[in-house]
Amino acid sequence: MSFAAKASKRLAYDNVVACAPISIAYERYSIESAHWWIGRALHALITKAGLAPLDLDGLSVSSFTLGLDTAVGLTQHLGVSPRWLDHVPMGGASGIIALRRAARAVQCGDAELVACVAGDTNQVDTFRKTLQGFSRFAQDAVYPYGAGGPNASFALITQHYMDRYQATRADFGRICVAQRDNAMQFGQALLRKPLTLQAYLDARAVADPIHLFDCVMPCAGAEAFLVCREQTACALGLPSVRLLATIERHNAFADDPVQYRGGWAKDADELWAMSGVTPGDIDLLETYDDYPVISMMQFEDLGFCQKGEAPAFVRAHDLTVAGDFPHNTSGGQLSVGQAGAAGGYLGLVEAMRQLTGQAIGAQVHNAKTAVVSGFGMINYDRGLASAAAVLAAV
Amino acid sequence: MSVPVSPPPRRNPVARTGMPALLSAQRSRATHGLTAAAAQGLFCLQVCSDCGTRQYPPREACSHCLSAKLPFRDVDRAGVVVVDTTIRIAGEIYFRERTPWRIGTVQLDCGPIVIAHLHGDVSQGSRIRMELLTDKAGAPAMFAMPAVNTPAMQDDRQYREFTCDPKFRRVLVTDGRTEIGQALVRALSDAGARKVFVGIANPWKPFAGKQSLARAENVECVQLDVTDTASVVECAAQIGARVDILVNTTEHIRLGGLMDQTGIGIAREALELRSLGLMRLAQSFGPIMRARGADGVDSACAFVNLLAAHALMNWPSYGASSAAEAAALSMSQCLRSELRHGGIRVVNMFVGPLETEWYQNAPPPKVSPATLARAVVQALCSGQEDCFVGEVARDLRARLAANPKALERELGAA
Ligand SMILES: [Zn+2]
Repeated sequence: MSFAAKASKRLAYDNVVACAPISIAYERYSIESAHWWIGRALHALITKAGLAPLDLDGLSVSSFTLGLDTAVGLTQHLGVSPRWLDHVPMGGASGIIALRRAARAVQCGDAELVACVAGDTNQVDTFRKTLQGFSRFAQDAVYPYGAGGPNASFALITQHYMDRYQATRADFGRICVAQRDNAMQFGQALLRKPLTLQAYLDARAVADPIHLFDCVMPCAGAEAFLVCREQTACALGLPSVRLLATIERHNAFADDPVQYRGGWAKDADELWAMSGVTPGDIDLLETYDDYPVISMMQFEDLGFCQKGEAPAFVRAHDLTVAGDFPHNTSGGQLSVGQAGAAGGYLGLVEAMRQLTGQAIGAQVHNAKTAVVSGFGMINYDRGLASAAAVLAAV
Repeated sequence: MSVPVSPPPRRNPVARTGMPALLSAQRSRATHGLTAAAAQGLFCLQVCSDCGTRQYPPREACSHCLSAKLPFRDVDRAGVVVVDTTIRIAGEIYFRERTPWRIGTVQLDCGPIVIAHLHGDVSQGSRIRMELLTDKAGAPAMFAMPAVNTPAMQDDRQYREFTCDPKFRRVLVTDGRTEIGQALVRALSDAGARKVFVGIANPWKPFAGKQSLARAENVECVQLDVTDTASVVECAAQIGARVDILVNTTEHIRLGGLMDQTGIGIAREALELRSLGLMRLAQSFGPIMRARGADGVDSACAFVNLLAAHALMNWPSYGASSAAEAAALSMSQCLRSELRHGGIRVVNMFVGPLETEWYQNAPPPKVSPATLARAVVQALCSGQEDCFVGEVARDLRARLAANPKALERELGAA
């Protein structure tokens, strides 16, 4: 018996759009709180849209460092009064999941203007504290084992992937080097020093086979965007993107001893069927890149190449903005930095800018269709949340 | 192959002593099911009573059928290392001082995936035997050992972090007058202790075995009377900084309950020696040991108490003594929490009647002093903190776990 197999065709998102992408420039360390960063992003958003705080009737918040506060508390802190409120604590999947929920709210009339925002601070000891208390399983069964944090978890996943599919460090290096190339033109990236493949290979080991340039730099920052109807965006003078399809999945393939695929592999067929386009139609791909091995899994599981062929795929393609397969066009988290939950928004706001011709860095020529994917929450030994969206220029 | 551990170098008197930096011992309550197993050297996981699924990490519901009936049961320890890594940069001071540190993903034959510390002789593809140990902070830890013993495996650098191996360490046996004390001196010397200090109260009084103690290599008799505060303070001042393992071997077992003794003299003596004696040792030696919990190969590591198993439930035939043992047990639990800050383990050895003169009236089976001494060494080498020695002690543990009230009646009828 499978209820999923009998599921009816999914409803299209009609004329719902996302617009007003906001990126508050990241800082390595910040003395400010997450509230401050979220406040800056929302302020930039309403300024760009020409709105007042009370015009926002929907709000979706993602953050790891709000301390005692929830999204509800934030409404009073920030002086907004939404009739639709969401809290999406899903790490790297937060952006897409916030978007797909907000889109349905707008489509059904539960809200007209939903501000989606993610922000985190990074005070000197924030990262270590977040790791230790990241999840119950992290506290009980991972962090006490060497305190390597996600570096150690991804070291195990990366080593396993390398053994299973004969991937080499240089293959991962190609992803990192191309992204650095993209970041050099993205003024807000924290890491803009040129990176060569040799420098990547020579970097110091962190947790074998993970080396320095496989790791993201934790930092403070915030990202935001607005979800509304296309005519509302037009009235506000905001270039927007349409939502062709989305997927979301949690705790997929629980029996795999070590993660070598994500939930995308379960849902990619549905994503493409709903979108009406194919991988060949995609002008740019924004993957969640907390480590390059995860970007490779997204290439495969989303159908840009066969399972196990991502190493050959990255050897065969130029992943820079000017290349034949533009990927993580702002430099991704590997070069821009990982601002907590905002990392789950980074690729999404970048794709929105690319599709509307508003790139901060290099512009992908004639970008019409993009795929953004998200991945989050290393609860025990693997990332549990996966999500993806197909976006198109209006 | 493990590199045999080297004897500690001569200490540089002006160098800083390594400070114990511990990990957080905060765990979910379910995970303390593992703590309970680790304390006794068992290997248990949650086993669903409804569907039989074995699961890890511990949960509040079965991840297969959502049942809440999840007792911890002995399960097969065998497994295979699916993948391993060497952590070179760690987030916590404890591990920063111990990198490189190896961990791996282990698939247990009984099902679960376990992130575990790895013994130096295992790597990707190795068959392993999983041990449940306690770390320096007292929290349970999965440790993958080679499935087949390897040379010097006990000396593995990571494994030694979880054990209290006497090899190259200096030990104080608090009472050398008794057969038990002397058996421990021999067992600890045989286990590679660099030095064994032996406490002797009132040294002018003769006792059996004095000559062989005096002749033994690396054994030094020191004056120590745990009923005398000044004596304990003086002894700690002399040798406290050189005691890495303290084994409290004082004994006071006397036949009789409460009403069939005349007065409270004997009971007071028992309390003075067993519980207040433990407190004096804790006050004088504890702070020095706690400060030396990360002091190299011969760091301070364990405070061992020998306790009559009837500390756990009064045996009216030895009623007043049982009460004194219970008081000592309670003190040891407090001490355990106090010494944990230094990474020092309190090891409690629960033992049934011994083959000694004071247990003349107790029926067999009884435990010989040599057996008890071997069990102490075994507990130290395997990292246990609660150890039940002999048939009577193990029987008592099982009956206590099953029905404490029944045990009270049964011991009262004997
Ligand atoms: Zn079950």
